[in-house]
Amino acid sequence: MSAFDQATGAAAARNPQPHGGLVRSVRDALVVAQRNLIRMLRIPEVVIFGLIQPIMFVVLFTYVFGGSIAVPGAPAGDAQAYREFLMAGIFAQTVTFATAGAGAGIADDMHKGLIDRFRSLPMSRGAVLTGRTLADLVQTALTLVVLAVVALLIGWRSHENPASVLAGFALLLLLGYAFSWIGALIGLSVRTPEAATSGGLLWLFPLTFISNAFVPVNGMPAFLQHVAEWNPFSATVAGARQLFGNTIEGVPQSVTGAWPMEHPVLASVIWSVLIIVVFRTLAVRKYRSATA
Amino acid sequence: MPGAIYAEGLVKTFGEVRALDGVDLDVPEGTVLGMLGPNGAGKTTAVRVLTTLLRPDRGTARVAGVDVVAHPDAVRRAIGLSGQFAAVDEYLTGRENLVMVGRLYQMSGRDAKRRAAELLERFNLGDAADRTAKTYSGGMRRRLDLAAALVVSPPVMFMDEPTTGLDPRNRQALWDVIQELVAGGTTLLLTTQYLEEADRLAHDICVVDHGRVIARGTSDQLKARTGGERIEVVVHAPEHLPVAEGVLRAVAKGDGAVDPHTRRLTFPVTGGAKLLAEVIRELDSRGVEIDDIGLRRPTLDDVFIALTGHTAEAARDGGDTPADGDRAGAATTKEGVR
Ligand SMILES: Nc1ncnc2c1ncn2[C@@H]1O[C@H](COP(=O)(O)OP(=O)(O)OP(=O)(O)O)[C@@H](O)[C@H]1O
Ligand SMILES: [Mg+2]
Repeated sequence: MSAFDQATGAAAARNPQPHGGLVRSVRDALVVAQRNLIRMLRIPEVVIFGLIQPIMFVVLFTYVFGGSIAVPGAPAGDAQAYREFLMAGIFAQTVTFATAGAGAGIADDMHKGLIDRFRSLPMSRGAVLTGRTLADLVQTALTLVVLAVVALLIGWRSHENPASVLAGFALLLLLGYAFSWIGALIGLSVRTPEAATSGGLLWLFPLTFISNAFVPVNGMPAFLQHVAEWNPFSATVAGARQLFGNTIEGVPQSVTGAWPMEHPVLASVIWSVLIIVVFRTLAVRKYRSATA
Repeated sequence: MPGAIYAEGLVKTFGEVRALDGVDLDVPEGTVLGMLGPNGAGKTTAVRVLTTLLRPDRGTARVAGVDVVAHPDAVRRAIGLSGQFAAVDEYLTGRENLVMVGRLYQMSGRDAKRRAAELLERFNLGDAADRTAKTYSGGMRRRLDLAAALVVSPPVMFMDEPTTGLDPRNRQALWDVIQELVAGGTTLLLTTQYLEEADRLAHDICVVDHGRVIARGTSDQLKARTGGERIEVVVHAPEHLPVAEGVLRAVAKGDGAVDPHTRRLTFPVTGGAKLLAEVIRELDSRGVEIDDIGLRRPTLDDVFIALTGHTAEAARDGGDTPADGDRAGAATTKEGVR
C-alpha cells in the first residue's frame, strides 16, 4: 500500500482531537468560512446583484422621495436633510439582506448533499453555520463599503468623529450578522434554495418599511408608530443615525416615548445579541437533525 | 464479539413508509458486507442511520464499537462515507474539496494538502485537480466524492452505490482501491445494484427488501439456496416451444419457465454436461431448431429475482414498488443461511 499510504489518515483518525473544543470550533468555522468566501469569488454575480439593489434604493429614494419628505426639524423639501436621514436606513436595510444569502446558501448545501457530508465529519456542531454567517459578514462589510462610497458621492455626510462613524458601521454589521442567523434557520427549514431566497426576503419588507428607516414615523397612524419604534430594526437605524451624527439637534428621538428610541445604540446591541442567541440555538439544533 | 458494524432491530419510518423495519446487521472487522435490494428497499436509510445522519426510531447500532445515537461524534471520527449522490462543492476545485475535508478531520494544512494530492492521483483526477468540480463529469464527481470519503482512511467505511455511473476502467480502479483498503483492515458496508460487484468484493451479502433483511450469507450460500444449475434453451421458431417444453419437462427437477417472447425455456436440472448433450440430441431428433442452448449456474441475479420478485435491472430502472406477486420464499428465507 505504498502509493496509497494510509499512514497520514490513520494517524489523524487515532489522534482526532489535537485541539480543545473551542479552538476546534473556531478552526472548523474558519475552514467553512474560507470555503464560502472562495465560492463568493467564483460566483461574483451574487455579490454584484447584492450591491445593485441598495444602490438603486439610494438613488430612487433620494431623487424620487427626497423633495417631498419632511424630516422633523428641517424645512420641508430639504433634500440634503433627507439624504442624511435616509442613509442609515438604507445601510440597515442592506445588512438585513444577508438573511437571504445565508438562507439560500445553506438550503443549497442541503440540496446538494453537502450538509450530509459535513454532518458525517467529526467537526464541531455549529461550525458549518458559523462559517456561513462569517462569510456573509465579510460580504456585508464589502457591500457597506461600496454603498458608503456611493452615498458620499451623492452628498451624504457624517458629522461625527471617525471612531463614532466606525462604531455606527459596527452596529450595522452586528445586525447583519444577527439576521444571517435567521437566514440560516430559514435555509435549514425550507426545501429549496429558491424558497430560502424568497422566504428570506419576503418578511424583510414589512420589517424594514414599518420603521424609521425611510420616512419619519411622525406621519404613521398611532398604532404603527408604536410598532415602528419597538421594531428592532428601527433601533439599529436610530443608533447608526446617532453615531453618524445624522440626527437634528433639538428633535426628540422618539414620538411614542419608546425606550429603544431613547437609547438606540444600547437597544440595537441588545436586540442583535438576543437574535443571535435565540436563532443560533434554534439553527444549530435544527442542523443536527437536518435531513436533505 | 460484535463486529465493526453492528445493528439490532433498526426501525425508521417516514410517515407511512417503514423504510427500515427491524434490520439486524453484523459485519466482522476487516470484511465487506454487500447490501443488495431493489429501489426503495431501505439501503440508503440504513447507511444514513449507521453514519449518524438519521436517528433510528427504534433499535440500536454500534459502529467501531460505539453507539451511533449516544456518541455520534466518536462514530464520525471512525467512519468515512460516500453517499448515493456525490456531495462535492461544485465551486471548489477537486483539490480544494479534499483539502477542506482533510482540515475538517482536524488534519494540519500540510497533511491535508499532501493527502489530497495522493488521492487525486489515485482516483485519476490529477489532470482535473485544479478545475472547479462544476466542470467535472458525473463519474469524476463520483470519484471525487469517494476520495473525500477516504481522506483519513477510517477503520469503517460506508459506500452507497459507489460505482453507479463509473465507466468500466474506473469501476475496476475503485474495486482495486477497495480491495487494498480491506487488505489493510478496513471494514466496509457497500450497497450496490451490480450483483457482479457484490459477488466480487463482498465476503457476506445481505438482501434487503421493504426495510427487512430477507436473506444473508456468502455469495455461494445464497446461490445454493436459489437452486442448482439449469438448462436454458432458445428455440428458433415459436412453434417449437411446446415440443421443446415437453423434452425439458421430462428431464427437469422441477418447474421451469417458458418465455414466448424471447422463445427461451429455462428448467432446473441435475446431471450437468451429460444431460445437456442428451437434451441437444433429443431436440435435434424432434426437429427443433436451436438458436442457443447452455447450462447455467445460478448467479446473484437469480438470487435477487427469487428473493425480491424482480430483477436488479428492473430495480435499477425504477419502479419503487416491487411486484409483490411472486416474492417467492421471502418469509421462509428471512432467517437466512447462517
Ligand atoms: N427523507 C425521507 N422522507 C420520506 N421518505 C423517505 C425519506 N428517505 C427515504 N424515504 C423512503 O424510505 C424508503 C427507503 O428509501 P431508501 O432511500 O433507503 O431506499 P434505497 O434502498 O436506498 O433505494 P435506491 O436503490 O433507490 O437508492 C423509500 O420508500 C423512500 O421513499
Ligand atoms: Mg439508495
